[in-house]
Amino acid sequence: MSYHAVPAPGQKNYLNNGYGLMSWLLTKDHKRIALLYLLSITFFFILGGIMAILIRYELLTPAGDLLQSETYNKVFTMHGILMVFFFLIPSIPAVLGNFLIPIMVGAKDLAFPRINLLSWYIYVVGGGFTLWAIVTGGVDTGWTFYTPYSTVYSNTKVMAAALGIFISGFSSILTGLNFIVTIHRMRAPGLTWSRLPLFVWAHYATSLIMILGTPVIAITILLVGAERAFGLGIFDPKLGGDPVLFQHLFWFYSHPAVYIMILPGMGVISEIIACFSRKNIFGYNFVAASSIAIAVLGFLVWGHHMFTTSQSVYAGMAFSIITFLVGIPSAIKTFNWASTMYKGSVSFETPMLYALGFLGLFTIGGLTGLFLATLGFDIHVHDTYFIVAHFHYIMVGGAMMSYLGGLHFWWPKISGKMYPEAWARMSAILVFAGFNLTFFPQFILGYLGMPRRYHAYPPEFQVLNVLSTAGASILALGYLLPGFYLLWSLKYGPDAPKNPFGARGLEWQIDSPPITENFTVTPVVDDDTFDYSLPEKEVAVVR
Amino acid sequence: MSEHIEKKSVYFSIFLALMVGTAVTVYVAFQDLGILNNLVMLGIAVTKATLVVMFFMHARHSSQLTKLTILASVVWLLILFTFILQDYLTRGMLPYPGK
Amino acid sequence: MSADTVGAVTHAGHGGPVGTDPDGHHDNPHLAHHFDSEEQQTEATQLGMWVFLATEIMFFGGVLTAYMIYRMKAPVPFAAASHHLDLTLGGLNTILLIVSSLTMAFAVRQAALKDRRGYLLNLIMTMILGTGFLVVKYFEYSEKFTHHLVPGPKFQWANLGQAHGAEQFFSLYFMMTGLHAIHMVIGLGLLTVILIQGRRTTFPARFKGRVETMGLYWHFVDIVWIFLFPLLYLIGRHYHGG
Repeated sequence: MSYHAVPAPGQKNYLNNGYGLMSWLLTKDHKRIALLYLLSITFFFILGGIMAILIRYELLTPAGDLLQSETYNKVFTMHGILMVFFFLIPSIPAVLGNFLIPIMVGAKDLAFPRINLLSWYIYVVGGGFTLWAIVTGGVDTGWTFYTPYSTVYSNTKVMAAALGIFISGFSSILTGLNFIVTIHRMRAPGLTWSRLPLFVWAHYATSLIMILGTPVIAITILLVGAERAFGLGIFDPKLGGDPVLFQHLFWFYSHPAVYIMILPGMGVISEIIACFSRKNIFGYNFVAASSIAIAVLGFLVWGHHMFTTSQSVYAGMAFSIITFLVGIPSAIKTFNWASTMYKGSVSFETPMLYALGFLGLFTIGGLTGLFLATLGFDIHVHDTYFIVAHFHYIMVGGAMMSYLGGLHFWWPKISGKMYPEAWARMSAILVFAGFNLTFFPQFILGYLGMPRRYHAYPPEFQVLNVLSTAGASILALGYLLPGFYLLWSLKYGPDAPKNPFGARGLEWQIDSPPITENFTVTPVVDDDTFDYSLPEKEVAVVR
Repeated sequence: MSEHIEKKSVYFSIFLALMVGTAVTVYVAFQDLGILNNLVMLGIAVTKATLVVMFFMHARHSSQLTKLTILASVVWLLILFTFILQDYLTRGMLPYPGK
Repeated sequence: MSADTVGAVTHAGHGGPVGTDPDGHHDNPHLAHHFDSEEQQTEATQLGMWVFLATEIMFFGGVLTAYMIYRMKAPVPFAAASHHLDLTLGGLNTILLIVSSLTMAFAVRQAALKDRRGYLLNLIMTMILGTGFLVVKYFEYSEKFTHHLVPGPKFQWANLGQAHGAEQFFSLYFMMTGLHAIHMVIGLGLLTVILIQGRRTTFPARFKGRVETMGLYWHFVDIVWIFLFPLLYLIGRHYHGG
């Protein structure tokens, strides 16, 4: 079968189609742009990771002895900003989404290739301003920029960081716009909505959020900047402003933003679990619909970040109830993934290990989200390590694991090389173990009352903090290893066939790595094309 | 989207409606109609905007998808307004300070 | 073609052997290589602009929300502050923009009819009216500076009980009209581009689509002003008769 067909040596593909820096910096090829993003987000991930290391080493001891409190404030702020805005939000969409969506819908490129390149440049410029903010003194407001501290009292580089985030928001908007138009208008013949890969559905829902949510944080940042620059009274209570209004506007975007961070990962998981269970996803319609449901409901719950403010009790109740509701589509997905594996032919290659890790960790993160939706409980644990643990279970245990899983799953397609399976499985296990050791103790710490964003703590919390830091060290190793063996595989790895894992999808019918135009013929899709219960049906090949 | 050339007279009619709407808005602003002042002025603004969208921006002859996009934007704008308003309008319900 | 691919092949030439030009793109310089047809290209461009306008609606929505909340909290200072805005100039600007929307609609229409003269005339009218709007705005803004109504350290308001609310009004006034003006400037820049391109074009579908897209943007900027005018200039005018 053509699964095993490896391209001839020297065959033209998107990687060797044009050499030289300019052919990359001026490319319109969505696959090359995806790699440009891969490089830049990895850079910011490393930077954010260094911040995390500093945090965890400070917290090894109860006393604030590694960093001064002002410095510690800057460190956790930059960790949050870099990880949220410059790593997690772009990660899967900008790397895997950019690479795969045109191929998965059977197109030669996204609808607007030059806007795609522009979005990368905008991201880099935004990142540049944020970097400048870091090296010239940092920001200490927390990634949440609460007013009036950020607008009046902080003496740090708030404007530069805010500008960097503002600019990078446009990168997000342009990516979402490109995906929406591509998915609506550029699907191959026969590729109806009900045949779309769930990866594409997930990115469609994500793009809706990017389009409708990101502009609100853009205007909020402008208002913060204006207040800071001109001494206005929009959020400053001394001048009649309401800090809670800032929080409303901020979280209107930032809550849906967490769905930007997780939905693409859920799309990755759907593809991986189907492949390594050799079975179609159970309940395709429900999984697709739940992506849209999460996107929509996700806009209606942001007040659950504000239960301890002067937000009205009635509003708190409304947000609490809807937050419970938004857990339902996620639960539906989880049940469907598990049901897919039932009576499937399950194997445990690296992507599947990450997917299984995702299932467990995302479930824990999601369930603790329900605890937090409960008004009374949230009052008790708000601003403690319980919250920190909750969102890291979703962001790292969920989004990060799915990113790594996806990166491994599609690595053969992207690079044309196979990574070393043994090393990869070991890294996945290290990540899983390190992650749990890092963050599970934090649930306990938060419940016992340790506040977040403090550089010193009472001595009775030290044991749990030491466990957490030990876990972080293991986690760091688990992240470093793929950096090495993936790079190693580029030179020394065996050539990858078209479909090394026997998966279904248009991307698995073209060469690894693909030619620049992706396809030599326009694929024509029908019900059998993606069906795991049938032999692979080639629609993207000339015979 | 097939090309549809609108008649010039249609554009002029819409323009006239927009000008009349503006004049009425200013007139109403100077009358004391209580709560109706704001409602009427906003209502006229919404009507003007709808006319511009339907006729000048050709939404009338656009695809279902375009109409859905417009509708979704308006709905999301209303979500932003109403969900924030529902906090401010229900403050002070309980006899506790700050709630 | 393999028997397996029986299905909805609607375009001639699909499924041809490698090395041929199955979609016939090489002869059409107005069709980007990743699109299958000019119709698909135009549809995609229009959808792209509408999606972009959706982001603009949410963008202005944020500052409108702030306006709504603070006007609710301090209706009297807001009304008093609003009276300091020049209703004549504001009304004039409204008229300028509505007329410019009409001329823009005509420019798009004439482009669709491949009428170069009509297109250029109407486009130039639109740009003149838009520039006029900005000139009026400039006069309005300088007047605010003269009267110490610009928020910040130099803001002065006689009635001290209203000072915070009035300053909030002017903060929002400058944010909202300022952002609107920036959008106008960008719009004028883009119109300049399609004006220059319009001098030599033969009005292929791609260019007509571009003009229609710019029309959408321009009308949107007009719609924003349609809301800003009553919200900023007409608060509580019946209290003192202006």
